[in-house]
Amino acid sequence: MSDIADTGPVLAADGTPLKRSLARALRVQKTRALLLIAPLLAFVLISFIWPIGVMLFRSVENEIVENTLPNTVKELATWDGGSQELPPQSAFEALYFDMFAATELKRHTRLGTRLNYEKTGISSLFRQSGRKLDDPGKDYRKALGAVTSDITKSATWLELISGASDAARSAPLVASQRQRLSTLDDRQIKGDLSFSPSADIVQLLPRAAREYTAFALYTELVDGKDVAKTKPWESVYVALAADLSDADVSGYNGPHAQMLRDLVAADVTAPDFRAIFTDIDKDWGALETWRTIQTHSKPYTSGYFLNAIDMQKTPEGAMAQPENKQILVKLFIRTLIMSLIIMGSCALLAYPVAWILANLPARKANILMIFVLLPFWTSLLVRTSAWKVMLQQQGVINDVLVWLGLVDDADRLIMINNQFGTIVAMTHILLPFMILPMYSVMQTINPSYLRAAKSLGATNWTAFWRVYFPQTIPGIGAGAILVFILSIGYYITPEIVGGTKGVFISNRIAYHISSSLNWGLAAALGTILLVVVLVLYWAYDKIVGIDNVKLG
Amino acid sequence: MANTLDNITVPVSLPFTLSLVGLLVAAIAFVAGVSTASDFSEFLLTVGAGSGLAIGFAFALISLFDTARPAMIVSALLGAAIGLSLGSSGGALFGIIFGVVAARLIFWVHLRQYRRGLPTYLTSNQVLWHYGFRAICAAIFIFLITPILVVLPLSFNAEDFFTFTPEMLSLDPEGFSLKHYKDFWNSNEWQRSFKNSLIIAPIATMISVSLGTLAAIGLSQSHVPFRRAIMAVLISPMIVPLIISATGMFFFYSKVGNFMEGTLGLDKNLVGYIKVVLAHAVLGIPFVIITVTATLVGFDRSLTRAAANMGADPVTTFFKIQMPLILPGVISGGLFAFITSFDEVVVVLFVGSASQKTLPWQMFTGLREQISPTILAVATILVIISIALLTTVELLRRRSERLRGMSPT
Repeated sequence: MSDIADTGPVLAADGTPLKRSLARALRVQKTRALLLIAPLLAFVLISFIWPIGVMLFRSVENEIVENTLPNTVKELATWDGGSQELPPQSAFEALYFDMFAATELKRHTRLGTRLNYEKTGISSLFRQSGRKLDDPGKDYRKALGAVTSDITKSATWLELISGASDAARSAPLVASQRQRLSTLDDRQIKGDLSFSPSADIVQLLPRAAREYTAFALYTELVDGKDVAKTKPWESVYVALAADLSDADVSGYNGPHAQMLRDLVAADVTAPDFRAIFTDIDKDWGALETWRTIQTHSKPYTSGYFLNAIDMQKTPEGAMAQPENKQILVKLFIRTLIMSLIIMGSCALLAYPVAWILANLPARKANILMIFVLLPFWTSLLVRTSAWKVMLQQQGVINDVLVWLGLVDDADRLIMINNQFGTIVAMTHILLPFMILPMYSVMQTINPSYLRAAKSLGATNWTAFWRVYFPQTIPGIGAGAILVFILSIGYYITPEIVGGTKGVFISNRIAYHISSSLNWGLAAALGTILLVVVLVLYWAYDKIVGIDNVKLG
Repeated sequence: MANTLDNITVPVSLPFTLSLVGLLVAAIAFVAGVSTASDFSEFLLTVGAGSGLAIGFAFALISLFDTARPAMIVSALLGAAIGLSLGSSGGALFGIIFGVVAARLIFWVHLRQYRRGLPTYLTSNQVLWHYGFRAICAAIFIFLITPILVVLPLSFNAEDFFTFTPEMLSLDPEGFSLKHYKDFWNSNEWQRSFKNSLIIAPIATMISVSLGTLAAIGLSQSHVPFRRAIMAVLISPMIVPLIISATGMFFFYSKVGNFMEGTLGLDKNLVGYIKVVLAHAVLGIPFVIITVTATLVGFDRSLTRAAANMGADPVTTFFKIQMPLILPGVISGGLFAFITSFDEVVVVLFVGSASQKTLPWQMFTGLREQISPTILAVATILVIISIALLTTVELLRRRSERLRGMSPT
């Protein structure tokens, strides 16, 4: 037997070792299979899985606060929200300029809406404040203009901030302001700016230079207007007044240096930003408003998920929502209970039908199968509208009952726009999904087991319960999970026949997506729903196997 | 008197038949009496008179005739006469049907025909259970089919009602019209939505069928890494609740649409169609994958090997050998994908714009807002389409089973 050991590895026809040759063949086969799958997989991943992932990500994403009020959030980071004191002046100042830019780009109402989910009233506070932010600017324009009317001219501002033609330019300021407007407006602001602030002025009048640069960027690149001919934002006057109070302009000799010296000499009072805001609305003087902003200033939040389970994120931590706002947990429970009822009634109705289909001779069973397959193939909307027609108060069922004298014409049964309507219509719609798996399982059950049980002395009931029923459990399980998965995410039927009492969580998600525009909450609700469905899907895969799903 | 059934003799008993008929009618009269009778004596009168009349009628029929046929004719004539005297032609029709059914039932019970075809050793309780069970099944089948059957005649309603008018019930031709079909035909909105559905569904189907069939062939190879995970991803559009898919795609396709309109400079309308078609194609994919992989399970791999052996290249093998054999599965998968797209509302509601309004969308708004009976005409058309699709799929399934030698026919 020694010669076998001597021959070395077994060789394939082309001389390579058989092992390697086989491995290569396997690799080729795998690659070919993957190449066939790849286009579809890429399509589904890109246009289905990824969008859903991105959508669900909205449930924790909360960058809107930081994007809209970047400097305010920075100032608030050092403020102790638990203290009984309002945030420092610098926070109010940051808020003024942040809010002004946000108002110009019409972004402040979005933030107001976002924060309103957490604390009612903020939405109107933001809207009103946005409207009144111009007023202090106009006051300062008047006050400064009284000293020298030059300052109210658009051209003066351009020359002032541009500085001397040979002065050093401050590119970082332009870049940072471009960044600020881009995040605020949620899109890249592109293009070259014809203007750039001089480094001297940026050092001398930091606030005014900053606000004017933002204004110039917006005017030229978003609005497409000429900066030299456009009136600057009112905020630049407030910024200038604030700068003048602590600037030393005596050494400056760029354009309009004399005007600046005149203005300093006039000693216009520096703006009191806290007073500006508390004048606009006394709510700005309330700790609660600031705590809300601070609590929700993190770029990621658990707030939406807390909202989804009827809680809310407060400065003191997670708390239960007020009684009258607690509807979502109830809705989740209702969705679950109604899905269970639908699943149960489907199982109850499907069992005898599946049995009779599996036990009749093939010819008769095929004819009866039409009764199952026709509803299965009929448009969902046709079936839903049929149920609407049948269940209405002036509908077919009520008419028949009145005609038979079972129901008085005056008090016809209310069977639609409530839970009853949803359950009946959805049981009908999902019944084929229960019958078909049960049928395919029952078909495989050998009838001689039942006969054997009976011939051994079992009663009909015992034979059924101890011998037949256990063999049908896989079918029941498969059908039940399928019906439950489908019913828990249903939208159309509850929307049409469910009224207000018979709607599901899906309808609430749709409401938040299309009507209330609270996308974060919709995403949180959707995530919870999806997790439930995926767990059930996993169970279905374990019990039945996805490969074994049969259609028709 | 005795009656021969198959090869056994069953005694015929008049009291048994009469008491059964009496009990049945008494039960019906009981329900009717409870709801209509004003006092107890009237109630008793209803029940008593009802069952008495029925027993008398049954007795007369049984003593006059030996077989069911002549009794059915007489009873039908009687029913027609009563119907005519009470109402119109519709009443007469109901009378005839009622008469025939009643006489058939009486003789069925009396001649013990219900034992025909059942094992002779069954006890009466088992026979009762047998028929009771069938009655339950019949009720469930009726539950399944009634909503669809109710819609069909209602769509011919001459009035704008969602219920049967007295004219319709009396089969008066005045009560019927094609009005709602004309509405459907003449309304621009319905026509446009119908056209949109006919544009979107076939293109979406073609995308899902071509990509889905390729992937199914790949998946059914013997060594596929991550097979389960890939399968789960490809099936997921069927499992994820539609509202979640719809919102996800809403955000995704609004960005894609902006890109196509802004950067590529495509026509807005065209972009709208592309968005809806792609969204629907994804939804149809699981159905194609499932049906085609199921067909491939029965596919005999030695056929492709034989083809390769004879010198055919993979492409020729695919088109000449594999494709014709799996074609039934591919087509029925395609039909599933088609009906998914043709019947889809939620995603098109979110992804599409008004110019891509499809038939289901139009129906959905119709059902939610200004409910018009045109919907019933559309529903009838859709039912006919689904009957056609169902027949096709059923024929294909049988052909496929025959090809695989699973079915004796």
